[in-house]
Amino acid sequence: MAKTIMTVDDSSSVRQMVGMTLKGAGFTVVEAVDGADGLAKAKASALDMIITDLNMPNMDGIALITALRALPNYKFTPIVMLTTESQATRKQEGKTAGATGWIVKPFKPEQLLEVVKKVLG
Amino acid sequence: MNVEIDTSAFTEEAYELLSELEDSLLELEASPQDQDLISRVFRAMHTIKGSGAMFGFDAVAEFTHEVETVFDMARNGTIPVTKQLIDLTLAARDHIRSLLDAAASGDAVDQANANRIISGLRSLSPDKKPAGGSTTPAAPTGSKAPAQTAAAKEPNIFRIRFTPNQDIFGTGTNPLLLLNELRELGECRIVAHTEKLPDFDDLDPEVCYTGWEIFLTSEIGENAIRDVFIFVEDECELNIRLLDRDQVIRDREESKKLGQILLERGDVNASELERALMPLGDRLVQAGVVSPDKVRAALTEQQVIQEKHDKKKTAETATSVRVPSDKLDSLVDLVGELVTMQARLNQTAGTIGDHTLQLIAEEVERLTAELRDNTMSIRMLTIDTTFNKFKRLVRDLSTELGKEIELITSGGETELDKTVIDQLNDPLVHIIRNSIDHGVEGPDVRRARGKNPVGKITLAAIHSGANVLIRVEDDGAGLDANKLRAKGIEKGLISADDELSEKEAFQLIFAAGFSTAAKITNVSGRGVGMDVVRRSIEGLRGSIDVNSTLGKGTTITLKLPLTLAIIEGLLVMVENEYFVLPLAAVEECVELSRDDVKKAHGRHVINVRGDIIPYIRIRDRFEIEGNAPEIEQIVISEVDEKRIGFVVDKVVGQHQTVIKTLGKNFQHSEEFSGATILGNGGVALILDLTKMVRYVEEEELHELEVQ
Repeated sequence: MAKTIMTVDDSSSVRQMVGMTLKGAGFTVVEAVDGADGLAKAKASALDMIITDLNMPNMDGIALITALRALPNYKFTPIVMLTTESQATRKQEGKTAGATGWIVKPFKPEQLLEVVKKVLG
Repeated sequence: MNVEIDTSAFTEEAYELLSELEDSLLELEASPQDQDLISRVFRAMHTIKGSGAMFGFDAVAEFTHEVETVFDMARNGTIPVTKQLIDLTLAARDHIRSLLDAAASGDAVDQANANRIISGLRSLSPDKKPAGGSTTPAAPTGSKAPAQTAAAKEPNIFRIRFTPNQDIFGTGTNPLLLLNELRELGECRIVAHTEKLPDFDDLDPEVCYTGWEIFLTSEIGENAIRDVFIFVEDECELNIRLLDRDQVIRDREESKKLGQILLERGDVNASELERALMPLGDRLVQAGVVSPDKVRAALTEQQVIQEKHDKKKTAETATSVRVPSDKLDSLVDLVGELVTMQARLNQTAGTIGDHTLQLIAEEVERLTAELRDNTMSIRMLTIDTTFNKFKRLVRDLSTELGKEIELITSGGETELDKTVIDQLNDPLVHIIRNSIDHGVEGPDVRRARGKNPVGKITLAAIHSGANVLIRVEDDGAGLDANKLRAKGIEKGLISADDELSEKEAFQLIFAAGFSTAAKITNVSGRGVGMDVVRRSIEGLRGSIDVNSTLGKGTTITLKLPLTLAIIEGLLVMVENEYFVLPLAAVEECVELSRDDVKKAHGRHVINVRGDIIPYIRIRDRFEIEGNAPEIEQIVISEVDEKRIGFVVDKVVGQHQTVIKTLGKNFQHSEEFSGATILGNGGVALILDLTKMVRYVEEEELHELEVQ
């Protein structure tokens, strides 16, 4: 069965790019526009992996990661955050909150798929 | 030419180099960076050029020179190894071969082809772009083949100690995926440290208790390894070390060990030494200094390094003697004579009853047996050379047909008699062609059927008793029993009301003139087909079997004897004639009394413990005159997966024989696979049971039709 990945980002163009790349590789994609939306959708579906932006309105990425890790279903699910080079401390915060890995923006579709393969197998 | 023998020495070597060259090129295609392979290709070409010129093969030398020049550039890193270069070099290799063939046969060679290859090769070199000819630039294939300038790379051995923090699972990390990633980088030996694992009752499934030690042999650098662990750097202990202690090992080998010195000086005796020399690992574990896992990891480390060292060493020291194969053949003949003479010696010694003579005879028997086994083993070759040839075949044919097919081989180290290997090539080519052409579907069809677009053909050799099984398996369309049946009826091979099992329907592909391919391609399906394959396999005293699942693929299994020259047989007698049945087929011997014959009412069948078994009377079959004894013997054998009896007067016993071929002017010669000389100087004919049964069946069918 195709694995389901959620992309959480307030930028529709990023969501679109991530979504198309993942669908092209055979994944099922769920889109969420911010942390709160992401959390609600995570509770409503069974996700195999989450890719989240860090800076978002309505619950940022780090709060989302913390909230997800508190849910029994998402305790061990791979969560990858999208960061920029300037966010070194945020990256560290994200790791502490329980993120599995990160992707530095801007990135190419192949890089995204490489990371997905790395954490999802 | 005044020195005929010398040129043959050159051509022999050249053919060998060419096949090596082909293997190297195909390998190089898979790893275009491998400097060793590039050098190997260059050296092969260089040798062909050099000795070609020496032996007067000027055309070969000139042509090879051009190819060598271009490959020299690849060797120096001036031009990259691209698919184009490899394609051209393979074509060049074929052309060199045809030059050699032409030199032997006197045929003309395709000069246009040579020019095409040379101009293609020249266009690859950066400073000699042709004026306006070739338009193909030397484009590297993908990012994987940048110009190589570094010196030949030796793989490194890395020791990676990876101990994740106990809460690593909490970041959604699966450490096993990281290990898989390492496996993709090179050859990995992984030792798990499990000593922290608590008893099951105390085990918390959310905690990671395990650590790993990985020994990675690869050409990549340390940074590539660190990249694997990039996400977990802060959540684990990671220690990467480059191990390369070739020098250390070599030094240590040369110095004497302390124990040995003490022993030589008489300071200790051997048993004392042994006690003290309990393996260090055991001693340390006993002393409670280290855990068994740690010792295991250290031992693996030692082994990995040692293996690398050994590999190098064998490459340096492997030596062999080249002998013309006809010398070997005559050696086998002589051993055969010796085996026969030895049987006679045994018999004579037994008759005379002289104890001393009997002892000598026994000793000679032992020596003869050893000599025979040794001689046979000299003639054994590994099958991997044959297998390697098919890589090229599959590559070329699948490209031609627009299919993507991967050939996987296994068991290449399996040994078979040289004669068998030589005669195996054509049948295998045919089977593999069939698989590529009719078996594996095109990528579009495969995708539509939900299969991997890249087809797979597996070629495997396995030992099985005195036989070797060679299996050709594809994951293609499989055989359609219904289509085969319809075709069989159309061709008049079976009648419309024949009921065939699936297995029997598959057998139809071996019938002469049978071909189900809708259109005849130039790859396979030209009318001569699997029937020829079957005949040649049976000529090698082997058998062929087909199995298939519609939509999943087809498997063809060849069963071949290890050696052709010697057969384990059952010696039987009819009147004064001796016959040998291949022991491998024999199941049991039962008696046939006049009473049994009467009960069957003239039918040639016998009831053996409830099974009705048909039989063939050897006496009748070969029209041997005389009267059968009251009680005859039936040797029940398995022929084509059916049980058939062969009626003889007397079963003499087991007999190992050297096979002598029969002349074609023998009346029933098709039914015999050869003859053998007995200890008493008499001759016994070796029966080919499969053929005999087939003839008898055909004759009876014919008789029925006449009636």
